[in-house]
Amino acid sequence: MYSEKVMDHFANPRNVGEIPDADGIGEVGNAKCGDIMKIYLKIENNVIVDCKFKTFGCGAAVATSSMATEMVKGKTVEEALELTNKAVMDALDGLPPAKVHCSVLAEEAVEAAIINYYERNGIEYTPKRKCTGCCSSCSTCG
Amino acid sequence: MERSIYLDNSATTPLKKEVLDVMMPCLTSNFGNASSIYKTGRKAKTVLEAAREKVAKAIGAEPNEIYFTGSGSEADNWAIKGIAEAYAEKGKHIISTKIEHHAVLHTLEYLQKHGYNVTYLPVDSEGLISLNDLKNAIQEDTILITVMTANNEIGTIQPIEEIGRIAKEKKIIFHTDAVQAVGMMEIDVKAQNIDMLSLSAHKFGGPKGVGALYVRKGIKLPSYIHGGGQERNKRAGTENIASIVGLGAAIEIATDNLEEKTSKIRALRDKLISGIEENIPYVKLNGHREKRLAGNVNFSFEFIEGEALLLMLDLNGIEASSGSACTSGSLDPSHVLLAIGLPHEIAHGSLRLSVGDINTEEDVDYVLEKLPQIVQRLREMSPLYERVNK
Repeated sequence: MYSEKVMDHFANPRNVGEIPDADGIGEVGNAKCGDIMKIYLKIENNVIVDCKFKTFGCGAAVATSSMATEMVKGKTVEEALELTNKAVMDALDGLPPAKVHCSVLAEEAVEAAIINYYERNGIEYTPKRKCTGCCSSCSTCG
Repeated sequence: MERSIYLDNSATTPLKKEVLDVMMPCLTSNFGNASSIYKTGRKAKTVLEAAREKVAKAIGAEPNEIYFTGSGSEADNWAIKGIAEAYAEKGKHIISTKIEHHAVLHTLEYLQKHGYNVTYLPVDSEGLISLNDLKNAIQEDTILITVMTANNEIGTIQPIEEIGRIAKEKKIIFHTDAVQAVGMMEIDVKAQNIDMLSLSAHKFGGPKGVGALYVRKGIKLPSYIHGGGQERNKRAGTENIASIVGLGAAIEIATDNLEEKTSKIRALRDKLISGIEENIPYVKLNGHREKRLAGNVNFSFEFIEGEALLLMLDLNGIEASSGSACTSGSLDPSHVLLAIGLPHEIAHGSLRLSVGDINTEEDVDYVLEKLPQIVQRLREMSPLYERVNK
């Protein structure tokens, strides 16, 4: 059901952990729905020099977190904001339909970390989409 | 060598060699249609009826009270829809529980759309129904009580004999889905006051695609499949002789020396349970500690998600199952885990290990070596765990 790339990123996730002196931290999802992603960014001269994550969730949640952190590392903040869930999915050779929301969560987690960085630095920003903190596809979320 | 440990015996079991051996001739030399009057047909009929006797004997029934079906799910569907149809004039109320298998739950939901009323009894935190709740739920128009013998996820065994006694006193038909129970505990339909019972061969070393429904003499049961005289005019279609013979052989083996076999399985189960409780913090055993299927182990591991746990176990050669949303195919965790009162986030982190007669002490030792490492690894990845540690 999962592609080899998903399994690789699940079995050997890249960038797991925390950054103690992170410049931006974003957390999305909730435990009730079974997915939480937390992303840490280290930013120097507007470039993401380090990125780490912690995730509570299924195999796809771990794999999309891992892939998203790989994809934004070395990018400028603006470039990282361009990251889409589709790009994360494509990089993983696709996800089963029921797991697409995990890639959305990864995109939102990156954005949430950047929003946090902007807030700390007094930079104005209009969020791409309003994140409710929920995967938005879970019937038990109210 | 890469290890492979199968601990999902509640999902299915491997076909026993002895069972395959008696099935094989039914696919080749003894190929007859049991409805034919010549010798080849009569030979097929003979082994078909011998299998029926074996199934009847294993559960304390008479051979003419056994109907072969294509699965345990079919037996559940037939029992429930059949009684609903045959006794509709008496009433349209059915009593069941919140933790039934979907073969029962979805059949009841179907009947609700067709004018039947269903009371779903709640269960306590260990998965047991209350007999008082059952008594209070009975109405003038109650025609059927259907309560599973043992739960497939958490292994809790219901007080079947008492439920049957209450049903008998009130002259209500009592059906039980015993798919997980047969071959794992003593079943005697007469002693346990069971009117109807569903079972499935592949749960105890038989082939897939065959089950049986026991229907006590005197109960009206309409035909389920029309078109032929098979199964006493109630389920048309040329009998799958090989599978039925496999069911007969498997149930005979599974119920022979039952106590000796289940005590070995129970010992492995208890070693797993105590090993997990002693070596992994923040865990909760789901289901009843004593009134529990001999092979069932079900734990919730806080701060991690069940599918990730299953994948990680699989990478280490351990095959198991979970009640998390991601493995249930829906976005909600298992209805059974929610019914025993687990919060969603704890229910997402559940793991079922079901021990069978193929498992050994080495299997258990290997799981107890790997599982704590895997749980720890996933917890270190989890933002929920870091909050607890801080």
